[in-house]
Amino acid sequence: MRTIQVGDITEHIKEMCIEANHFLTEDMKSALQNACEKEEALLGRQILNQLQDNLNIAGTDMIPICQDTGMAVIFVEIGQDVHFEGGNLEDAINEGVRRGYVEGFLRKSVVKDPLIRENTKDNTPAIIHYEIVPGDKVKITVAPKGFGSENMSRVFMLKPADGIEGVKNAILTAVKDAGPNACPPMVVGVGIGGTFEKCAIMAKKALTRPVNEHSEIPYVKELEEELLEKINASGIGPGGLGGTTTALAVNINTYPTHIAGLPVAINICCHVNRHSVRMI
Amino acid sequence: MEQHITAPLSKQEAAKLKSGDYVYITGTIYTARDAAHKRMFEALQNNEPLPMEMKDNIIYYMGPSPARDGRPIGSAGPTTASRMDKYAPSLLDLGLCGMIGKGKRSQEVSDAIVRNGAVYFAAVGGAGALLSKSIISSEVIAYDDLGTEAIRKLEVKDFPVIVVIDKDGNNLYETAITAYNKE
Repeated sequence: MRTIQVGDITEHIKEMCIEANHFLTEDMKSALQNACEKEEALLGRQILNQLQDNLNIAGTDMIPICQDTGMAVIFVEIGQDVHFEGGNLEDAINEGVRRGYVEGFLRKSVVKDPLIRENTKDNTPAIIHYEIVPGDKVKITVAPKGFGSENMSRVFMLKPADGIEGVKNAILTAVKDAGPNACPPMVVGVGIGGTFEKCAIMAKKALTRPVNEHSEIPYVKELEEELLEKINASGIGPGGLGGTTTALAVNINTYPTHIAGLPVAINICCHVNRHSVRMI
Repeated sequence: MEQHITAPLSKQEAAKLKSGDYVYITGTIYTARDAAHKRMFEALQNNEPLPMEMKDNIIYYMGPSPARDGRPIGSAGPTTASRMDKYAPSLLDLGLCGMIGKGKRSQEVSDAIVRNGAVYFAAVGGAGALLSKSIISSEVIAYDDLGTEAIRKLEVKDFPVIVVIDKDGNNLYETAITAYNKE
């Protein structure tokens, strides 16, 4: 049994909120760099170059990469041999978000009630997904999610007879409908299988997989490659203003499902596909 | 074509802008997004005055992150314009000359742009740190209680945008995509 003070979790979360909003991960940076070199459209290249400048300014001057510093989505994988002390874990996580967003000059974009819409003024509460795993470590992923792209995400409850072609159509439909609204070049997270909510969470988690890594399942890897090619043939391009770079990656996660179903979720992320990961 | 314009923007000057032009804006523009538009719309319904003149002005759909000490503003990129589609035609009919945002607009907005000789610009989404460098000053002029969604008066210098919908209804989102479509 290992004991972890929840106060330490608060401190980590605070730092990770600030870090994720100012610095992209290395895989995202190189994907954007490669896109600059490969883009065929002149305006597309100009936009991709602006995104490079934007990243440099963000990191150097500590100005958030995007003004939509997101709703804080947090994955917490807790080793089953860990015991938390010093208070309620969920309160500690939200306290970390509060401090990160207030002290880090991040935008407060959360409203207390979806219809009454009064801002909570500290960006809490976070969206927290817990998972119990073997071991005595805690893995935290902080993934601030902007809503320009979140709003373009979709869940399709397909029929088993729709098969792989149905899945491809669903993904391409979501991406084309999103178009310029989702701030392309985008990263496309997909969850196939499970239930209504399981596929959506898989799609969200797929966005945190490095964009240069494919699924370990051979047919899923092929599907990721084929869809990326098809999405980039759509012509949507950087900023939706035409070009050959519409997506940087398609990341697909799968899970067993029911004999009667084929759920597919597509969670679209803009080029500011932010996440900070720490193993504690 | 590359063009430099000043804001406020007259309809005569707006008429010279064509879909696809790369434009640098210098002058005064105003920010407003979802909640501010809702309030302005309600004010119009109740025959109350708007917080700023619509005639010849440009509205930037943007809610910034907080400014650090010594800076006029935080990160300041465009938000998705379609959420303002419900409100935009009324403001265009009152003389609003330009809108800056990102993403598609409804047919109603496009019609109102053509009817009034206005223009819809896109700024690059997700480039808020870079765009903040073209903002010289920022002052909240209305709806302070809305926080990031308050209406701000911005002084901008060479603020970079692209003309998406021009006064003739040409739409770059529709035309540019076909050029690189390989399906």
